[in-house]
Amino acid sequence: MRRHKYRIIIPFLAPALILYSLFVIYPYAQAMYVAFTKWKGLRKSPRFVGLDNFEKMLGDDQFWNALSNNLIYLVFLPIITLGFALFMAFMISQKVRFSNFYRVTFFFPQVMSVVAIGILWSFVYHPTIGIFSSLLKAVGIERPPIWLGDPDTALWSIVAVTVWQSAGFFMVIFMAGMLSIPKSLYEAAALDGAGRGSTFFRITFPLLWENTRSSLVFITVIAMDMFGITFTMTQGGPDRSTDVLATLLYEHAFLHSRFGYATSIAMVYFVIVIVLTLLIFRVTRRETIEF
Amino acid sequence: MYQVSRWSAVSTQTVLIGWAVTVIFPMIWMIYSSFKTDQELFFSPWAPPVELQWDNFARAWTKAHVGDYLLNTLIVVVPALLLTLIISAMAAYVLARFEFVGRRFLFYMFLSGMLFPVFLALVPLFNLVNQLKMLNTFHGLILVYIAYSLPFTIFFLTGFFKTLPTEIEESAIMDGANPYQVFFKVMLPMASPGLISMGIFNFLGMWNQYVLPLVLISDESKYMLSQGLAFMLFKQFYENDWSALFAALTIIMVPTLIVYITFQKQIQDGITTGALKG
Repeated sequence: MRRHKYRIIIPFLAPALILYSLFVIYPYAQAMYVAFTKWKGLRKSPRFVGLDNFEKMLGDDQFWNALSNNLIYLVFLPIITLGFALFMAFMISQKVRFSNFYRVTFFFPQVMSVVAIGILWSFVYHPTIGIFSSLLKAVGIERPPIWLGDPDTALWSIVAVTVWQSAGFFMVIFMAGMLSIPKSLYEAAALDGAGRGSTFFRITFPLLWENTRSSLVFITVIAMDMFGITFTMTQGGPDRSTDVLATLLYEHAFLHSRFGYATSIAMVYFVIVIVLTLLIFRVTRRETIEF
Repeated sequence: MYQVSRWSAVSTQTVLIGWAVTVIFPMIWMIYSSFKTDQELFFSPWAPPVELQWDNFARAWTKAHVGDYLLNTLIVVVPALLLTLIISAMAAYVLARFEFVGRRFLFYMFLSGMLFPVFLALVPLFNLVNQLKMLNTFHGLILVYIAYSLPFTIFFLTGFFKTLPTEIEESAIMDGANPYQVFFKVMLPMASPGLISMGIFNFLGMWNQYVLPLVLISDESKYMLSQGLAFMLFKQFYENDWSALFAALTIIMVPTLIVYITFQKQIQDGITTGALKG
């Protein structure tokens, strides 16, 4: 029986293990080393330089600029997206008419490719062919902003697109949690004369901790990434006003062949994601309520 | 439930309808704009087309290579998806059902893959695929897609196999089935709801994948769909064939929309159960 067991375990695990070790573990492990090297192009080999890359990063304005854009996303995307998603989820789960239509519609942008969304919205924002500017002109605003072409508005235009894309996804996550809250709790609250507002803050929201925590982790990952949407809509411009760590490190690696420096930026990116995820788990850790 | 006042019901509907219009209208605008001439696009962005310009679609399909990109994407995604499901199911079955030395270690090793952002691996991965002589090849991209889909799929399916009853498996062994028959004839069919969830989840991920092909495929004739689309957008700045680009976007979005509406229940479940377990 024993030998029998390994006759299935080994061949069943082997393909997954080989592919995973080669294409996932090995590159990540190598990245831990590459971040501490100078490596200019595939033909050369990496040379260990200790903390040089990180020292250089401290004085690199482009790095701080990209990081601060990520921070803006990290602050505003959770507030706007999750707030709005929670609000809509609460409204839809209250037996409104057409609720199924809303659920299906709001979720759709989530299944679209981020590149398609980026292009669609570059059209919408476009100063001449776009509908947005001509709408503003129609209501009497003579010179509407040129959205993606202006450093003051480009970042916020991208925030709006991200909210547009992901609000429905988070709404569905919150709705899944709301459906598992027993009806009797709401009935009891209604008997006690609670209105919509107090029902939401006293019952619904406290029982959604698990979903809120997952959503916070996801939106953190989204706010740190932002690569696809930025790369198609603005490529980090104008004037680096929408540059994020992901676009900056891509530029260093694949436009200038600065492999070592790019990987050290990726390392910072990785550490931020891990720290924030752990923080979210710590802060939101509390007794799960059983019912 | 408690009485919702008439006024608040109206305001709720107003907000919801407002958002529905915001989500839907850009797509409707894109679809009807893809039938317009460049002239119309520029001078009357809101107006419907005067005459349907089917030629936009022909240009997008052939001159802008949307047809080729679509084919390339299918060549990569179909095998990558099927192999991901079978390889993950095999590993997950063993991890869920057998006791052996290092089982927990292997499980957490696969799990850890979900922790790392792909950007950290980008440079070493590019170098590795180059050394394997697999840059600009479909099989290289297929292998990379599978490898990066494994952690989550194995994690999800291991949990799924653990919830399945053991009796059927045991009676199959009593009847003299060998372990391979047990897996392929008994376990896989029982796991099909989990496989479908993971199939949808991974299909969308691979279909919409952008960063990996951007790094691993630089030969224009081998572009994936998302890459090809972005490439077309950059070319517009000097080629100025906006109407073809609108048409290309429509060609790509309408099938997604149809598939989504048909399978919306499964897709939402697949993505959200996937997301909530992760």
